[in-house]
Amino acid sequence: MAENQQPLESQQRMEADTIYSTLNAFIAREILKQPGRHIIKDEALISSGLIDSFSLVDLALFIEQAFSVHIDDTELNANVFDTLEALVAIILERRAALG
Amino acid sequence: MMPMYLDADKNFAKILFGLSNQKPEAVAIHLLKSGEQPRQLTYRELLLQACSYAQALSEANIQPGDVVILVFQHGEELIAAFFGAILHGSIPSIMPFLTEKLRAEQYRASLKALFEITAPTAVITYAEFLEEAHRAAQGSSVRLVLTKEMLSLAELNIPKTEQEIAQEYQGFSRQPTEIVLLQHSSGTTGLQKGVALSHRAVIHQINSYAHALNLASNDVIVSWLPLYHDMGLIAGFILPILCGIPLVLMSPFDWVRAPWKLLQAISDYQGTLCWLPNFAYNFCAQKIPERELEGINLSCLRAVINCSEPVHWQSHEKFYKRFKSAGLSSAALATSYAMAENVFAVTQSGTNVEVMCDLIDGHRLIQNQVAIPYCEMVPQRSLLDAPMPHNLASTSWVMVSCGHPIQGTRIRVIDSQGNDLPERHVGEIALLSNCMLSGYYRRKDLTVKAFLDGWYLTGDLGYMANGELFVTGRKKDLIIVGGKNIYPQDLERLASEVHGVHPGRVAAFGVYNDELGTEEVVLIAESDLLEGTSSKETPGKEIERIIAEIRRHVTQSSDIALRHVYLVERNWLVKTSSGKVARHANRDKYLREIAPHIHL
Repeated sequence: MAENQQPLESQQRMEADTIYSTLNAFIAREILKQPGRHIIKDEALISSGLIDSFSLVDLALFIEQAFSVHIDDTELNANVFDTLEALVAIILERRAALG
Repeated sequence: MMPMYLDADKNFAKILFGLSNQKPEAVAIHLLKSGEQPRQLTYRELLLQACSYAQALSEANIQPGDVVILVFQHGEELIAAFFGAILHGSIPSIMPFLTEKLRAEQYRASLKALFEITAPTAVITYAEFLEEAHRAAQGSSVRLVLTKEMLSLAELNIPKTEQEIAQEYQGFSRQPTEIVLLQHSSGTTGLQKGVALSHRAVIHQINSYAHALNLASNDVIVSWLPLYHDMGLIAGFILPILCGIPLVLMSPFDWVRAPWKLLQAISDYQGTLCWLPNFAYNFCAQKIPERELEGINLSCLRAVINCSEPVHWQSHEKFYKRFKSAGLSSAALATSYAMAENVFAVTQSGTNVEVMCDLIDGHRLIQNQVAIPYCEMVPQRSLLDAPMPHNLASTSWVMVSCGHPIQGTRIRVIDSQGNDLPERHVGEIALLSNCMLSGYYRRKDLTVKAFLDGWYLTGDLGYMANGELFVTGRKKDLIIVGGKNIYPQDLERLASEVHGVHPGRVAAFGVYNDELGTEEVVLIAESDLLEGTSSKETPGKEIERIIAEIRRHVTQSSDIALRHVYLVERNWLVKTSSGKVARHANRDKYLREIAPHIHL
């Protein structure tokens, strides 16, 4: 069992890392217009004003297109996610539910 | 159908009561909220809900003529409390609610400032905000903080005749010349200038504007605009309610996250009129995916009116191209020039006359302040439906007309000495009307400054041609982002508070972004850290930290996102002869020296 769990966990970590860097690149390039900008995992995105409300719809549409996961417009607020870490967790969870 | 007119000798309370008597079961407002079922509010319900707030204000001994501040998000409570204050005879003023970006202490400071200037006696808000409101009210004139939960649960006894109800609710005895509401712009500077409007001024505006719109009983107004802004408050709230026109109201919070819901609402409710700031044309055209347009029919829309920031031809073009296939008519792209000081509309085009475009020489407009046309004015519709003529010079600009003044409003274009300018010469727009503000509330000094021989000086620049107004720019330093007025001095003061920024050595201004269809805020700050060094010697990390801190501090204190922030060495900024930072000159310097090097 333990032997099987190990690769699964590392596979999930890899998936999380990929989603994280894809989101980081998109936000830096398309929303912040600072292509090299590194966003720290727990950096506040919405409550800090880093992503302003006019760009939230872009983020949701990108996630849908890139990861086939739907983020409803009612979820685009700091109570649902305010960091990349939290957003990655939502995407992973919904992808897992899809099978 | 005959347009409707309101009796200018009546007040808001009488008109509302009249409607509730005439058509108690008619829906006044369809309230839409993402994730919830639509809520319908009939005139009878609206009156009942308003009565319970009015009663609570009376019981707390709040006096007619007192200012009542409403601190709510978009929704039923705000609507009920607004008309509650009206029935009670007090003067409602809507304060935008705290957003997740704003720091609570900063918001409290804004509230305190508002309390200081307007001297309200009551605040109406949510139970969750009660404690915060009390804290802000400490030491102020506020005697009551009211929430829905505190309203009397006893069955309200609504008297049947106007005479009976008038005895109970003093809103019925308000005189036409008395103030009915206050309207504020945002920010520290905006809060200083509460535009005070009388019952008569608002009713005159509604009558003149209804005429310009050819408003009829089969119209349906759809709006997502905030009620603390003149466009939302008048066109998207008071006008439909007092005229008995159904209003479909969604919140700006929901719209910005799902702009297609506006189009869905127009299609579902057969909306005929809608007002949008210029940026919303770009926003809708760019951010609505194809699948959200399925089944949407916009052919019911007879006017979507561009207003509250400068109208750009390209924005109309983008919007029309995107939604033509959904049934949008090219004749529906209308315009208006409006401001809170005239209650709302000053001019209107596209509802009674066709919107005209003026093809002018852009260089000569900048250099000589004269609009020299290349040809006769062209109807906008023909430009939208046919490709642009190819023989136009590259310096040609397409100016979209804002139309003729509405009835009861006169316009002059004047030079800096107050002399009238001939047609096609750019000058300051001044106006005189039967719907002018009573004054900036408790700010006689500002009121006096705003007028010249009875004419209100708008601070906007434009020219007249064939009796139509073309707005070209602004004399004042105001920045308008997405229809929202931003005072640069507020942003400059906040940036000055950041460690590493030389206090007072900051310039903020707006630069128009074609893609977004609105201005972006640019802020340039001088830093002592860069003194005597080239920026290469100062650690890049430190510069980045200061810039990030400026962004964070300004956003959390003003709810305004800064698009471009630059740190420069001491004495980079251009000063006026009196030593002040000259925004206009610095904007020019930025466009010359910094902007060309940005690669986006």
